[in-house]
Amino acid sequence: MGKIERNPQGALSRRGFLAGSAGLTFALSIPGALFVRPAAALAEGGAPAALGAWVTIGADGAIVLAIPVAEMGQGSLTGLAMVFAEEMDADWSRVSTTYPPVKPEIFGNPIFGGMMVTYGSGSIRGYWDKVRLQAAAVRNVLMQAAADRWQVPLGELHTEPSIVVHAASNRSMSYGEIASFAQVPATMPAIDKSALKKMADYRILGKNTPRLDIPGKIDGSALYAIDVQVPNMVYATVLRTPVEGGTPEHVEDAAALAVPGVLKVVPLKNSVGVVAETIEAAFKGRSALKVSWSSVPTDSFNSAAGLKDFLARAAKLDDKGTSYVAKGDADEAFAKAAKVMTAQYSSEYVYHAQMEPMNVTASVGPAGDSAEIWIGTQGVSPNAFAAAAMLKTTPDKIKLNQFYLGGGYGRRSPADMIPEVLPLAKAMQRPVKLIWTREQDVKSAQMRPMTGHQVEAALDADGKVTGWRHRVVGESVVAYRGTEKALEGAKGLDGIVLEGSKHEYGIPNQSIAYLREKRGIAVAAWRGIGAGYNKFVVESFIDEIANAQNKDPVAFRLELLKDEPRAQAVIKAVVDKSGWGKAVADGHALGFSYAKVVETYVAAVGEISL
Amino acid sequence: MAITFTVNNKPASVDAGPETPLLWVVREHLKLTGTKYGCGAGMCGACTVHLDGKAIRSCQTPVAMVAGKNVTTIEGLSANSDHPLQKAWLDLQVPQCGYCQSGQIMQAAALLAANKNPSRDDIVRHMDGNICRCGTYPRILRAVERAAKQGA
Repeated sequence: MGKIERNPQGALSRRGFLAGSAGLTFALSIPGALFVRPAAALAEGGAPAALGAWVTIGADGAIVLAIPVAEMGQGSLTGLAMVFAEEMDADWSRVSTTYPPVKPEIFGNPIFGGMMVTYGSGSIRGYWDKVRLQAAAVRNVLMQAAADRWQVPLGELHTEPSIVVHAASNRSMSYGEIASFAQVPATMPAIDKSALKKMADYRILGKNTPRLDIPGKIDGSALYAIDVQVPNMVYATVLRTPVEGGTPEHVEDAAALAVPGVLKVVPLKNSVGVVAETIEAAFKGRSALKVSWSSVPTDSFNSAAGLKDFLARAAKLDDKGTSYVAKGDADEAFAKAAKVMTAQYSSEYVYHAQMEPMNVTASVGPAGDSAEIWIGTQGVSPNAFAAAAMLKTTPDKIKLNQFYLGGGYGRRSPADMIPEVLPLAKAMQRPVKLIWTREQDVKSAQMRPMTGHQVEAALDADGKVTGWRHRVVGESVVAYRGTEKALEGAKGLDGIVLEGSKHEYGIPNQSIAYLREKRGIAVAAWRGIGAGYNKFVVESFIDEIANAQNKDPVAFRLELLKDEPRAQAVIKAVVDKSGWGKAVADGHALGFSYAKVVETYVAAVGEISL
Repeated sequence: MAITFTVNNKPASVDAGPETPLLWVVREHLKLTGTKYGCGAGMCGACTVHLDGKAIRSCQTPVAMVAGKNVTTIEGLSANSDHPLQKAWLDLQVPQCGYCQSGQIMQAAALLAANKNPSRDDIVRHMDGNICRCGTYPRILRAVERAAKQGA
């Protein structure tokens, strides 16, 4: 078997051993068995993935890759496996995946501070180099082992999918054969980025490849955290504070405890847990609870009135807020403008509405200083670390089993289920499967922040846009999700709220500012984060300016983007493919928008009928 | 008191309150977890199973109602995941997160069992109550059409 890893210092080295005759063949094919896919279960079977290996190769040629990203429908579990397999020159038909253990020092995403997290459209671009260098080193070791066996120079070898070939002597050996005798060197070969496979040589990447997770998703066998069944487990649900931050003051639990099957009612920090022998009893018990909650300032918050306040503040130009973009001299451009255009936009609080209600299963060890967690999460290492902190223990005492996510959209990034499930599991001394009711999931939504916007354009006498001002008013996700310190560390600029407010339009004088509100609402990263509303604001207003000058919205954009060749190319390609400008039926209209978000350029044409 | 019925052609007997939603009986008592809990209110379709061949919302069906009847879940739709719908779902790579897809497939299977040649409107109308948060609707439509063509 082969077990190759990157050590915490970043140097490639061998840990453990690689030898033996049988290679390593996982029992990955057991159909329907629970706990087969999670890495922790493999650990019990002795799989080296538990020790931090990226790849294991069986003597039969089976290749199991440890892929550290969550799969929630975005496809990067398959995508990242493809990247690994490509560089390793693996036979794709023999590749399967497992989740690695929580070892961020090995499996962390370099663009997210080395955390094991899946968000921000960051899996492929974040792991791109790291995974390829790892895979190239694996390939190199396999080739070296063959070179040693054949007594030929490494340079005379090349690979075909899962085969090392010595063309000069017409010999070849499969990766599986090599895995049955190869020794991994004490120090793994260092691979220079320049030695990585060239795009022209790709066999796997760039091809439309069926996703590895689909077969399980058409016959009910794919496992989500909510499907977990642990021996001796009990079920729980919670009644949470109706307003963020409230704590239970008086709990009337007699009626809940009278429900057959209900075992215990446990007051928690911001909720009350109901534990039962069955989920139906837990849900029934929750309905029978009567709880009074502490009052919090947010009790009096009215979002309709709040939005009016946000928009009024957006209009008060002397309230500068925190400067995000200051290009040229926007104030001067507006002072000298022949014409000023102004518009206000707003966005509501938005619920993630992930199909799988929030849930987690956990058991706490008898000494209270260890735990096993079964969860579908975008935040693997943050959840494990939060559990360790809560139990006042070290992360190695936390075993986290990852599952498919029934929708993420940012809702499954925080570690907010941990503070509820661990006390329940501790109180019961049994594994607890905690499921929120859908009603609770809606009521305890962590929403995309409500925002108010004022955006202004300064135009000169020729109608040229000389100045741009955009003021974004709303609560801070960074401060809620992280801490006030985190927001201070970002100089008061909430990158999640502001995402998408920057644009590529060549306007010489620009001012974009963030005006933070504190209303005590739970706000979160939500699919596409700030770009959802900010791009709507920018693109709508660009259209307004074009319209006021009777200019074609595409021509107007191309003019403003004349120094952005990629944006131009994307817009032109979309114009060609969409038939922009074609005649449309009566009552129909076409609209155009363009955006660059997370390094990706997008243009779209929409057709509506009235 | 035990309630007996048939699940995927096998006899089942569960000890659950008569008003217990079939959803929980199937998922937690019988450990057939392909049927999903989405809303518990009959509003999303993730919990769709067949009762004597008809698509029903298992979260709105008290287990007492299925006594003596035949329940089919996604696990029992075909022997080898080879129902024409499942094949079309695989060919067209329909699922994203996949959580709603058992319900989508079961809902569609009931349609094709009753109507071999549904129009696009028939499909849209029949699938209307099944929510997919990822937005796979266009692929679902195409997959149902393909399965119908290939003789579900």
